[in-house]
Amino acid sequence: MSFDLQATRAEFPLLALAKPPLHYLDNAATSQIHQSALQAMADHDMFRRANIMRGTYRLAEAATTAYEEARARVARFLNAFTPNEVVFTSGATSALNLVAHSFGESLRSGDEVIVSLAEHHSNLVPWQLLRQRTGIILKFLPVTADGRIDATALAGLATSRCRLIAVTHCSNVTGAVTDIAAIVAAARSVGARVLVDGAQQVQHGPVDVQALGIDFYAFSGHKCYGPTGIGVLWARHALLDAMPPFLAGGGMVGEVTPEGSTFARPPQRFEAGTPPIAQAVGLGAALSWLTTLPWGDIRRHEQRLLQALLAGLARKPGVRILGPTDLEARHPVVSFDIAGLHPHDVCQVLDRHGVALRGGHHCAQPLMQHFGLDGANRASIALYNSLADIEALLDGLDDVIEVLR
Amino acid sequence: MSAELYQQAIKALAQAAHGAGRLPAASASAKLDNPLCGDRITLDVAVEDGKIIAIGHDTRGCLLCRAAASWLGQAAPGATRAQMAVAHAELLALLKQDALDTSAVRESLLPFSPVREHKSRHGCVLLPFQALEQALTDPQAG
Repeated sequence: MSFDLQATRAEFPLLALAKPPLHYLDNAATSQIHQSALQAMADHDMFRRANIMRGTYRLAEAATTAYEEARARVARFLNAFTPNEVVFTSGATSALNLVAHSFGESLRSGDEVIVSLAEHHSNLVPWQLLRQRTGIILKFLPVTADGRIDATALAGLATSRCRLIAVTHCSNVTGAVTDIAAIVAAARSVGARVLVDGAQQVQHGPVDVQALGIDFYAFSGHKCYGPTGIGVLWARHALLDAMPPFLAGGGMVGEVTPEGSTFARPPQRFEAGTPPIAQAVGLGAALSWLTTLPWGDIRRHEQRLLQALLAGLARKPGVRILGPTDLEARHPVVSFDIAGLHPHDVCQVLDRHGVALRGGHHCAQPLMQHFGLDGANRASIALYNSLADIEALLDGLDDVIEVLR
Repeated sequence: MSAELYQQAIKALAQAAHGAGRLPAASASAKLDNPLCGDRITLDVAVEDGKIIAIGHDTRGCLLCRAAASWLGQAAPGATRAQMAVAHAELLALLKQDALDTSAVRESLLPFSPVREHKSRHGCVLLPFQALEQALTDPQAG
């Protein structure tokens, strides 16, 4: 099966119906939703809507089966050892907070957690709060001049007190892909666990957590062509089993008496209350669709667009590209600054060209500080983007400069 | 449309940067930022006998935010706190009031009227005004 861009784009209703055409290049914030996810959610709520795990009637059993099938689909997408390692959350942020609270409860004052300066705030602020609660030492992996996480610095940073290294799989600002193997090797040498924030990775194809050799993986559904309000924490089952609950309520307990409670085994222990059932089913559908795609072709397609974007930006006066300017070990996320022009003004003018671009600090203020900026423009490409989208952006930038200068 | 948003009057205001720079002898200061977009302003005000005699500001933000700060740098010196509150209310009406009556808004604020259609940018224009209001409510500002 080869990749058919037009046919694929037609499977995204918002893009297919947009008139005039929408040049959607804000995929690092939220990708458009695939029709399989929309259809799966609609079908679920029309034909199988009931609460899960509890009811004995056939409708409730069908709902539970659909929810657990979604979990199995996530497990296949991640190549997890077992579906019981997959915890549904409301998004990557809640997955990361879950680890910071629950795994974090085992950490003591003086224990170390290492994050990088390239993290999204979602993989930084929870650790700062843990530092406030428990007195852990939070250390920072530096980034290179072009914004890549400098894994070589771990040699001097990770000590025997290091309990966790938490890094992004792919930067939401520069698109740089982290050398996870180097992170894992450094972590194992001091007995630390590894958490990877996969929010920017999953839209670019299936992930193999076993091959990565990591301990925790987090991502959101809305960034991989699925619904909002659903995310995933994957963790090794033995780790999950040793972790206390984060949120408490129905569905996560064993026995409850006035004196106390026992808790369910993972993953239910971490899914208190009624979960986002239809959204989980929608995510399962989106991931199943993703696993059928010809990723070699898609990567070549994305790289062609990336190359056109990088070359086009390099020709614009006053444009500075943040992060790597080559195609090595990166995804098609490109942030750039235009001298003297504020990103919000740039993005506002691009909107009249039908180009949806994000401007701001991208919830990565420490990385922005590294680049000496308050914010930047960011173009992030998904599999349904075309050269026409890139050309619309590059043409629009000429107008931006004319309007704002 | 964004061309109207960035009309010449707005660009000229931003470029003029009236009142740019910190005041060495301020009666009060306020530092505000818009966490959603990252615009940031530190605004100083010097007040004497109930009148603003000078304002200064360090504004790191978009063109609209810088234009609004510049508008204040031009309009605030010589005005009372009450007069600036009226200007703030006129700007709010210009941006948010359901049935807008532009005759109730001073002419110098009208270049900001296209911002009305762009809700996500209201905060950019209002931030300097909010900073001035906060500085003037500081008891030391008299």
